[in-house]
Amino acid sequence: MVPDAEFRSYYGRPVLREPTWQATDIAGYLFLGGLAGASSVLAAGAELTNRPALAMTGKLGALVAISGSTAALIHDLGRPARFANMLRVMKPTSPMSVGSWILATYGPQAGLAAVTALSGRFRGLGRLATFGAGAVGPAVAAYTSVLLADTSVPSWHAGFRELPFVFVGSAATAAGGLGMIGAPVAQAGPARRAAILGAALDVVASKRMERGMGLAAEPLRTGTAGKLLRAAEILSVTGAVVGGVLGRRSRMAAVLGGAAALAGSACTRFGIFHAGVASARDPKYTVVPQRERLRERESTAG
Amino acid sequence: MPFDPTDLLAADDPPHSGGYADDSPRFGFFTDTSVCIGCKACEVACKEWNHVPDDGLDFTGMSYDNTGGLSANTWRHVAFIEQSRPAEPIDLGMPEFTRPGDRGDGEHSEFRWLMSSDVCKHCTHAACLDVCPTGALFRTEFGTVVVQEDICNGCGYCVPACPYGVIGQREDDGRAWKCTLCYDRIGSGMEPACAQACPTDSIQFGELDELRRRADARLADLHSRGVGDARLYGRDEGDGVGGTGAFFLLLDEPEVYGLPPDPEVTTKDLPAMWRHAGAAALTLLAGLAVTFLGKRG
Repeated sequence: MVPDAEFRSYYGRPVLREPTWQATDIAGYLFLGGLAGASSVLAAGAELTNRPALAMTGKLGALVAISGSTAALIHDLGRPARFANMLRVMKPTSPMSVGSWILATYGPQAGLAAVTALSGRFRGLGRLATFGAGAVGPAVAAYTSVLLADTSVPSWHAGFRELPFVFVGSAATAAGGLGMIGAPVAQAGPARRAAILGAALDVVASKRMERGMGLAAEPLRTGTAGKLLRAAEILSVTGAVVGGVLGRRSRMAAVLGGAAALAGSACTRFGIFHAGVASARDPKYTVVPQRERLRERESTAG
Repeated sequence: MPFDPTDLLAADDPPHSGGYADDSPRFGFFTDTSVCIGCKACEVACKEWNHVPDDGLDFTGMSYDNTGGLSANTWRHVAFIEQSRPAEPIDLGMPEFTRPGDRGDGEHSEFRWLMSSDVCKHCTHAACLDVCPTGALFRTEFGTVVVQEDICNGCGYCVPACPYGVIGQREDDGRAWKCTLCYDRIGSGMEPACAQACPTDSIQFGELDELRRRADARLADLHSRGVGDARLYGRDEGDGVGGTGAFFLLLDEPEVYGLPPDPEVTTKDLPAMWRHAGAAALTLLAGLAVTFLGKRG
């Protein structure tokens, strides 16, 4: 049950400072990072099973997405010229530090995989890089959930157990969508199945997360975030059905479904991002659950 | 010695757990809001000494508080709350004939001010310090938490990490800024600017152990005089941030002053977060592998 929302505050001002991150940079990064990570896994599978067009789509998609996401991250820095300070230390307590090292491991491999595929040279090295990027890809897609969850922002932190599954589901949906657009129907089987599995995981994990978040789930259902997350569900499911099922016979359905899946994944990321910002802006989401926690502790203490 | 990442989260004895010598004591602030008169000398002294840029001059309508709250450009913030309830007269040690709230006929006025000078808490378990990816935020030999301005790249991660909404990003400059507990002054054996300027000793600076003893005595004294609302905030080492280096004596619930009632450092859940993210990453890898098992096409 959602706790009683009666609470006191300092003139209704937020207790927390809202994130200074820009939605286009950081939510965009979450989307592109997921797309890149999952695309690399699909590319590695396609390489192993001799689906050259699907492999090429995955490799190029991963390179473009990870380049775009890195650019977004650097653009969001207050001091972009100091981006290299991200690799100044290695800090397990900082998800952003861990993420920087994951990106530093992943990016060059994704780049090598794409460039060797395009040029047709150093094929052996390209194959190694393809599998390497495929192995690190899931970490790229999953770690961003920890990046958001390890903050005091109520709607990002409260769902920390399920958020990684929402994010990897969303990543698989996006990569599946891109695969359906880029590869011919005959090679896109894994992409179609990825879009279906990804959308299912995204939807199921999101519902489960919302149920366990208490009051912090409210921002997921209201305002900009509410609209985005409703759109995300519709688009992801549409992408899975149109692209994943009808796309088996029709190239047109595959492309339309793929675009819907990509858009659905982006909406999930922007929705979660905005829900967090909204939850930081209203002291209710900070004070009420903490009061509840104090009451529970007092009642168990005696 | 093998590296154990949980050590980083368990370090609960700053500055010693930060690698400093055993004989370096932890310093902090005890802000006794029961004697704060809302003069804002702390805000001014902080701005002057630390050369903190102005924050704009807005009319907020929040009693006498046009400062608003702590930010990159406000490191001390005096909150003003007007309440329609009897004040408990408290001796400020100031030269006057009656005490605030004391009408002199044995009755108390039906109004009280709450004033409180807020500041960075310099947490035992500091979320900003935990999540900083560059190492710009560090634990000093005084047990305080300070941003190195020549390292910070303005990633902004410390901003949503702080459970108190203290640290902020300066817009024109891009970097994160907050109270340093006057690292430069205390390094030279001086008091921080705010404590130095406070005319009622509402802001007290010193070794944390001593401040805690003083605060306990003050609380007991106020309780014995019938000020039942008095409570310490950040004094408890068992709270969600392991106690704070800057702690407070409040006369109402923390949220009335804009403080979180039960703050927690979210990095305490970080091992669980990494486990769940690891499981999710493996789920993605396995799930996508399965998509290649179906019949060709």
